[in-house]
Amino acid sequence: MSGDHGSSVISARVRHVEALLESCGLLDAGEIDIRIDEFLAGGTPANGARIVARAWVDPAFAERLLADANTAIREVGLSMAGGLQEQRLKVVANSADQHNVVVCTLCSCYPIALLGPSPSWYKSEAYRSRVVRDPRGVLAEFGFPLPAGTSIAVWDASAESRYLVLPRRPVGTGDLAETELAGLVTRKGLIGTAPV
Amino acid sequence: MSTEPFTPGARVRTRSTDPAGHTRLPRYARGAVGVLVEQAGRHPLADDRARGVTGDAQPVWHVRFAAADLFGAGDHTVTVELWQDYLTPIEEHP
Repeated sequence: MSGDHGSSVISARVRHVEALLESCGLLDAGEIDIRIDEFLAGGTPANGARIVARAWVDPAFAERLLADANTAIREVGLSMAGGLQEQRLKVVANSADQHNVVVCTLCSCYPIALLGPSPSWYKSEAYRSRVVRDPRGVLAEFGFPLPAGTSIAVWDASAESRYLVLPRRPVGTGDLAETELAGLVTRKGLIGTAPV
Repeated sequence: MSTEPFTPGARVRTRSTDPAGHTRLPRYARGAVGVLVEQAGRHPLADDRARGVTGDAQPVWHVRFAAADLFGAGDHTVTVELWQDYLTPIEEHP
């Protein structure tokens, strides 16, 4: 696995390349930091929560979301086109019978432009290596024991698509408005390591 | 069954060899039999791009495996996104 990105050798090499690009006039000083800030500016788990809440109150939207998430999220003013190219978003819905959980076993692929940076545990080798083999055990360690009758689908986001889990709407929330429902959704719920 | 070997529902076997360079076929999913779920666009092979080679875009598939087939245990499924080059259709003999 390619887990160690913090070595001083690679960091020094990156700094050297950055300095070379600046000295050649190809890059302004600090431009990379500015571009990274721009890339992350709109990314927050609140975006995912808005998508989920809309899907809970509007079954037709939920249907469109599961069929073509990239097109559907434009209805709530969101897009996967925040990076260099638009990435495919795949939304997977939890049901009474099946729970979904997302991992990137090869690195740490995550819908960053939409949800912001991923949590540190998502990038850990422990999570990446174990959740594909024993998702039931890992979810239990997250304090989320699944009933034995619920099947689990693990999605390995190691290629071009990014994933979002659509949690089940909690019981007893029939009176809540869409914005209140969005407040119930957590980042873990969007990855599949929490019920909501 | 469709005559098109790469179509949703078709069974495929993944490449078993360990390539010298970068690949997006995870080790745990090598030499395994899975089912095509849906196509996830078309992209140049990541293995080629990592070597600076610009290849043609090819289909990328969501391929679903039974955990028991990958790890010898587990009642869950694992769905991996794989380039068509990694996959060989399995001929069905009814």
